[in-house]
Amino acid sequence: MLKTLMKSIGEYRKVTILTPVLVIGEVIVECLIPFIIATLVREIQRGCELSVIMRYGGLLIVMAGTALLLGWAAGTTCAAASTGFARNLRRNMFYSIQGYSFANIDKFSTSSLVTRLTTDVTNVQFAFMMIIRTAIRCPLMLVFAFTISYIMAGSMSFIFLFTIPVLAIGLILVIWKTVPLFRKVFKKYDRLNESIQENVQAMRVVKSYVREDYEKKKFGAAAEDVCADFTRAEKILALNSPLMQFCVYTASTLIMGVGAYVIISTRGAQLDVGQLSALLNYSIQILMSLMMLSMVFVMITMSFESAHRIAEVLQEKSSLTSPSHAVTQVKDGSIDFDNVNFRYSEHAERMALSNVNLHIRSGETIGILGGTGSSKTSLIQLIPRLYDVTEGCVKVGGVDVRNYDLEVLRNQVAVVLQKNVLFSGTIKENLRWGDQNATDEELIQACKLAQADEFIQQFPKGYDTYIEQGGTNVSGGQKQRLCIARALLKKPKILILDDSTSAVDTKTDALIRKAFREYLPDTTKIIVAQRVASVEDADRILIMDGGQIVAIGNHAQLLASNPIYQEIYQSQNKGGNGDE
Amino acid sequence: MNNARGTLGRLLRTIVEFYPVMAPLTLLCILFSAVVNAIPSVFMQNIIAVIEGSWQSGDWDGVSGQIFRLVGTLAIAYVISLISVFTWTRLMAIMTQGLLKKLRCKMFDGMQDLPIRYFDTHNHGDIMSYYTNDIDTLRQLVSQSIPQLINSGVIVITVVFIMLYYSLWLALVIIAGVVCMLIVIKKVGGGSARFFRRQQTALGKMEGFVEELMNGQKVVKVFCHEEETGKDFDRVNDALFSDSKKANTYANTLMPILNNMGNVLYAIVAMVGGLLLLFQVPNVSLSGMAISISIVVPFLNMTKQFAGNIGQVSQQINSVVMGMAGAARIFELMDQKPEVDEGTITLVNAKEQADGSLEECQERTNVWGWRRVNPDGTVTLTRLTGDVRMEHVDFGYDPKKTVLHDITLYAEPGQKVAFVGATGAGKTTITNLINRFYDIHNGKILYDGIDITNIKKADLRRSLGIVLQDTNLFTGTVMENIRYGNLDACDEECIAAAQLAGAHDFITRLPDGYNTMLTSNGTNLSQGQRQLLAIARAAVADPPVMILDEATSSIDTRTEAIVQQGMDALMCNRTVFVIAHRLSTVKNSDVIMVLEHGVIIERGSHEELIAKGGKYYQLYTGAFELE
Repeated sequence: MLKTLMKSIGEYRKVTILTPVLVIGEVIVECLIPFIIATLVREIQRGCELSVIMRYGGLLIVMAGTALLLGWAAGTTCAAASTGFARNLRRNMFYSIQGYSFANIDKFSTSSLVTRLTTDVTNVQFAFMMIIRTAIRCPLMLVFAFTISYIMAGSMSFIFLFTIPVLAIGLILVIWKTVPLFRKVFKKYDRLNESIQENVQAMRVVKSYVREDYEKKKFGAAAEDVCADFTRAEKILALNSPLMQFCVYTASTLIMGVGAYVIISTRGAQLDVGQLSALLNYSIQILMSLMMLSMVFVMITMSFESAHRIAEVLQEKSSLTSPSHAVTQVKDGSIDFDNVNFRYSEHAERMALSNVNLHIRSGETIGILGGTGSSKTSLIQLIPRLYDVTEGCVKVGGVDVRNYDLEVLRNQVAVVLQKNVLFSGTIKENLRWGDQNATDEELIQACKLAQADEFIQQFPKGYDTYIEQGGTNVSGGQKQRLCIARALLKKPKILILDDSTSAVDTKTDALIRKAFREYLPDTTKIIVAQRVASVEDADRILIMDGGQIVAIGNHAQLLASNPIYQEIYQSQNKGGNGDE
Repeated sequence: MNNARGTLGRLLRTIVEFYPVMAPLTLLCILFSAVVNAIPSVFMQNIIAVIEGSWQSGDWDGVSGQIFRLVGTLAIAYVISLISVFTWTRLMAIMTQGLLKKLRCKMFDGMQDLPIRYFDTHNHGDIMSYYTNDIDTLRQLVSQSIPQLINSGVIVITVVFIMLYYSLWLALVIIAGVVCMLIVIKKVGGGSARFFRRQQTALGKMEGFVEELMNGQKVVKVFCHEEETGKDFDRVNDALFSDSKKANTYANTLMPILNNMGNVLYAIVAMVGGLLLLFQVPNVSLSGMAISISIVVPFLNMTKQFAGNIGQVSQQINSVVMGMAGAARIFELMDQKPEVDEGTITLVNAKEQADGSLEECQERTNVWGWRRVNPDGTVTLTRLTGDVRMEHVDFGYDPKKTVLHDITLYAEPGQKVAFVGATGAGKTTITNLINRFYDIHNGKILYDGIDITNIKKADLRRSLGIVLQDTNLFTGTVMENIRYGNLDACDEECIAAAQLAGAHDFITRLPDGYNTMLTSNGTNLSQGQRQLLAIARAAVADPPVMILDEATSSIDTRTEAIVQQGMDALMCNRTVFVIAHRLSTVKNSDVIMVLEHGVIIERGSHEELIAKGGKYYQLYTGAFELE
């Protein structure tokens, strides 16, 4: 996992290595300062000359200045390294996702990908910063401060050998107790917030059923529960402060008491007052380092989950790639399914498609009807090779789709997906997804065929109208027609509409099909629909049920012979569409 | 700034209000331990003074009593301080979580009583952020920043007094150094805050971009648009990188700069102390002591302590600013005006007497009465029949922009009224008025002859069932979701309602039947199944009047037929207002209202309107989108 993530350090390798080096320099200089000051104090105590004071003073200021520069530089390189690392992580993840096949995409939900690209990266960035700076600084500080104390005060520094383990063990115990508790509470806390979101979204239901008090009671109980758990964890965590204080207090009383004894009894030979003061400083430095180290440790462990989730995205291998000697020409729009079996994953119990044999001539119009779960969408997704068949083969223009270059195939097989999306940007920009170089005339022509031109012209800004994220400022029917126009601009040999006119009124729906007949006679058209009216005039209609094609025929044939078709037809015309 | 002070004051008042004993006790403990943390220098001065007097003679026995007394006193102070630190950190943990819980509940309870208008005009993501971001920043403020600021503040003040007690000159050196540090904090901290805000904006942009693209990832694949998308991403990503690099550079360098400025100051104090001693400069101090090594050495430790605390304070600045903003937003939500209810007429269960009059009773009888208390104290019961009339109603969400004009309509008990019209014609708006989600500007709405403004809102809504276009389900079992319609319903009644709605079949096929857990608004169910549950929920409530908003989303033909049957069963024997998207529903209605731009342009039965050959005829024959 770490190896995968480390690859993203990339061009920031230099600053990443430089940071700990600078930190080491800073720590050494910083640790020496109290030592030098102790020496200066001794000189002063002995009544030294002005020049000695000035020399030591100058040296000290230069040292502090050096430490400042090193610390500042380390902060800068650390920021560059960690934010650069985060940038590369996001970039590599995003590019990796771009290479995903539909099967890969199905594995991750949109919201989880968004979280991985934002919150998880931020967590890892923070942990990375901690690792290359604080996690280096604190242990070094501890070791240096202790070493200098030992050199300076000899066995008196053994006081630290008591306080360090006490604090360390205490901190470990606190972490060991609280981390699992917090992990549990945070999950509960997330659920509490989800319940609030649910309440806000369902406010009309809450108010209609006059359930305000019920909701308050329900929420109150859940909040109480979260609060109790949080308090339990926080109470343990709160022990950190007294623990730290206990160690500081113990160290300073011992240093002062024992120090006074040592100085007086040895007549200043082993220790003097300047060194006493320096020892006090070191003791605080050491304990602070330990404290920081425990915090760093907790944060790094917390970020493990994020790191894992990022690695998952990076390690996911695309299940579909273009072959090496790919076919780059699609001869015509004929489609053949030969003994096709298909399931979405190896673990799927059920075949989504079983034993499908189907031959479509170039230029034919095919309608597909069937209930939810009858695998209409699965069938058409095999044609542009959005998924690979499990057994058998699918051919376009007489060639197995697995032999085509993916881009060539998908440009010739245009699909208007059921769950379709417009992107924020002008209508023109959205349409040009179909053809980057399309002229304005071509755009208008495509929109006319898709019956979109009329309503676009009515917008004050026409084709430059800005589409909001998610296409919220156009109606469902308008969105579907724009998506059809976008696909038409590819000028494909095969056009597949997957339930793409469900929100379009029946009259416009008919006009779109009429335009297809007149202007795209050579294009193979496959129309998946819920409405009989949308497929009535197709050359052939497939009826699907449970992953199989149960009947093929034209409207008249099916109406005469197929019970499913009859049932759908009856139910839809009972309301009165029949007299159209 | 004034505003921030107001917010802080209110926050502190709230804490004291919730914890009248714990809060002052905590403050006391913090003050005590802070003072104890500041005084070791005094003991040190004393000890060093003793050492100075005796180290050359090496007479430990002569001074050991003195030293033990000093160290012993300090140790006692430490023990008490330790107890107070232990107490306040523990109390603080309890108070912080308790405060957050109480605020959360206050916000939530207040929110339940807000009018629907609030939810319609505020982004739900923003509302959520009160409970997540703002509460989190407040946690940081209350549990960390405030105690830390009090602690550091007290230490700094105490140390200043100790310094002045010993030597004005050295104190001045330190204060001058601290002023320099404050300037640096202001500069670097300001830059850090500015870039962190920019980083936040850039992060928001990144999130929006990624969300849009991840949603449309399949479209990207279908159009082979991966490369172009990658380029767009790089632009957004690089912008974020640039801001976050600057923000983190400022943040990362502040501590080492302050820390080492503290070291410079440490060196200068040692030097100045040496010079003062060397030249025997006359000391100025509160104690009147002459300068000596026993004064200079404690100053060295005080310098470190002082600088350390300034650093601590600087770390809290960001969280204080953010916490205050969070607190202000939380108070803003709590201060929202709740829905007003001036109605007095209530809905009660009733029994029919032999003479045909009604008598109030406790048990559910399926006969309802409107209970009005007359000025003379007598009580009148009017039978609820489900007669709804609108008379010359004008309404607009924005008072300046009316969306419904002069609407007059009536639904007699048991009648089915259908609203038909294009998107934005005002169909949903009408249903928002009957249950008083919004109040009308002009005209009158009468329910069984009573002006609905005189009916208590809760009772009015109880008498109206509603099935919305978008189904909202709650986390819980299927049974619990159905029971939401009537909390007193037993399992049998809920199952009967599910059977009526046509939901029973699919529910029994779920893994745990009626006990199947639903999560995230029922993602494990299909659109049609969720609608069936919503119908069952309305059925168990069994209200005399129903408002149905038919869903537009396409569900497969078979499920649609089942949903249709469920709806029909629900509509039976009730007054029903239906916003229709299916022509079959419309056709079976008693009255059809065709709306256009907030005006009823046609009304009548299906046959009448077809014969008329107007707008309805056009809609019916499929010339317009029926949304």
